[in-house]
Amino acid sequence: MLKYFASRLLTFIPTFIGVTLISFGFIRVLPGDPIIVMAGERGISAERYAELSAQFGFDRPILVQFWEYFLGVLQGDLGQSFVTKRPVWDEFFALFPATLELSICAMIFAVALGLPAGVIAAVNRGKFFDRALMSTALIGYSMPIFWWALLLIIVFSGNLQWTPVSGRIDLLYYFPDATGFMLIDSLVSGQSGAFKSAVRHLILPTIVLGTIPLAVIARQTRSAMLEVLSEDYIRTARAKGMSPGRINGIHALRNALIPVITVIGLSVGTLLAGAILTETIFSWPGIGKWMVDSIFRRDYPVVQGGLLLIAVMVMVVNLTVDMLYGVINPKIRKR
Amino acid sequence: MSDATLSEADKAAARPNPLREFWFYFRENRGAVFGLYIFVAFAFCAAFAPLLSPYDPTEQFRANALQPPFWQAGGSWAFPLGTDPLGRDMLSRLIEGARYSFFVGIVVVTIAASGGILVGLISGFAPRWLDAIIMRIMDVILAFPSLLLALVLVAILGPSLTNAMIAIAIVLQPHYVRLTRASVMSERQKDYVTAAKVVGAGQARLMFITVLPNCLAPIIVQAALSFSTAILDAAALGFLGMGAQPPTPEWGTMLAEAREFILRAWWVVTFPGIAILVTVLAINLMGDGLRDALDPKLKRS
Repeated sequence: MLKYFASRLLTFIPTFIGVTLISFGFIRVLPGDPIIVMAGERGISAERYAELSAQFGFDRPILVQFWEYFLGVLQGDLGQSFVTKRPVWDEFFALFPATLELSICAMIFAVALGLPAGVIAAVNRGKFFDRALMSTALIGYSMPIFWWALLLIIVFSGNLQWTPVSGRIDLLYYFPDATGFMLIDSLVSGQSGAFKSAVRHLILPTIVLGTIPLAVIARQTRSAMLEVLSEDYIRTARAKGMSPGRINGIHALRNALIPVITVIGLSVGTLLAGAILTETIFSWPGIGKWMVDSIFRRDYPVVQGGLLLIAVMVMVVNLTVDMLYGVINPKIRKR
Repeated sequence: MSDATLSEADKAAARPNPLREFWFYFRENRGAVFGLYIFVAFAFCAAFAPLLSPYDPTEQFRANALQPPFWQAGGSWAFPLGTDPLGRDMLSRLIEGARYSFFVGIVVVTIAASGGILVGLISGFAPRWLDAIIMRIMDVILAFPSLLLALVLVAILGPSLTNAMIAIAIVLQPHYVRLTRASVMSERQKDYVTAAKVVGAGQARLMFITVLPNCLAPIIVQAALSFSTAILDAAALGFLGMGAQPPTPEWGTMLAEAREFILRAWWVVTFPGIAILVTVLAINLMGDGLRDALDPKLKRS
């Protein structure tokens, strides 16, 4: 067991160094000199250029620069944004709760609908219900979510006027963000209508971001259930006269859940990629929109730091899933 | 007569034509056949776009800007699916857009698959240290969410359709490497490979002629699936302004251009999205059918 954990951790280290190297290297090859970009249209004198160049360390050998960057990363220093002059680390963690809140809601939406849909489809294999659910799932899986978002806006914000188009809450309400989660903060603030407003802002982005995970979970649950339902122990349970509800809901689903949980864990990357589009469309102030804005503003330290933090986050989640899987399934450990 | 049919049947039993066998299983899946028809229609549109589209996709009819489709009040048969804010014919632009998406799919899959297969083969046959290095590099690429990595790559290379294709190909390539390597690893243990080695086959022959053909089934399925991923990602990049640039009638770019008109003119937003969805759906249906037809485990059950 320990050996398995150790070997998984050991592969983490070179990958981490590689990820750092890539996010560092990207910025070095980006077109446009960062200092010239910072100076903007006013231009810059040669002396000031040399001064700034020395200040940021751009005049030193590239390997030295990487080493210092790497040491900084290990200490949580990712540099400063060119635009806001705030540390990248602080900016990231100020915006992260918004993305986390949206992602959690999207995942709850996906699991709450996807699991039952998959189970129902598997139990009714080959029947109309199965076909209808799986066709819908395949459409969801093929959905260009940026278009899906626009469609939902046309119908629910445009025609029906039910939901707002952008942001996390109406500008009317103001309260300090204690946790960074708008749902909790608005509830705690006690202002009437604040919570309702937050929920209404959250609905469309949640549906948009949750659509592809929903389809994936429904498909995965169905195939895992089908596999488990053909096992001997299920036949035994049937032979004993156990009720179908109990067999499907408890005996089968429990074992079918293992691959499903893996899929949920591994969809963090998909969720973050989806967050880029969803947040941009709904002006959701999270890290996805922050990254896109920074790319357009050529705010190199932010792009660099954000890329690194997101990659490390995905890696940590994948590693955790891997290890949990090792705990659940002893066969994996032996490899 | 019966003799003739019998010997025919014998021949078929002895060695079924792999293509015919494949079609036999593929045909079972009605969704997949349906997907194939749509895909053929899509390819046809892409190939003969200039002949099919009624107007030049960039020609502007300023007097008819934002004209709705023919079935709505104010629409006309001159522009069956309406016009966009600059008065360009939607139908012509959609047909021309099929070209870009098809091209993106073909180019991305070719680059990603050929590169990925080569690296995967090398990794599968290489000494352990080289294999470890290659797999760690792939882990690094896979650690970044694909769209984010493609976005940053395009920002570096400069926004254009070509660069978007290169970026997407780089992002998709590790999947082929892993898949090929995994198949190679399991094939290498088998007796026929040992036999080929004993007979004196060289390393290159072992890799490309003995082992590779037996690893192709999952790679073909992956190719179909990444064809649709490539179209989706290219459209997403176009939507974010980092793919094909206006006035190119690429579907994602068309959506980005239409965004500010969504509440006034539903058709400029709806049609490009339907085009993307239908194409991607057709390819995914085909991919499911391919997997069922090529996966020997499923065949028997």
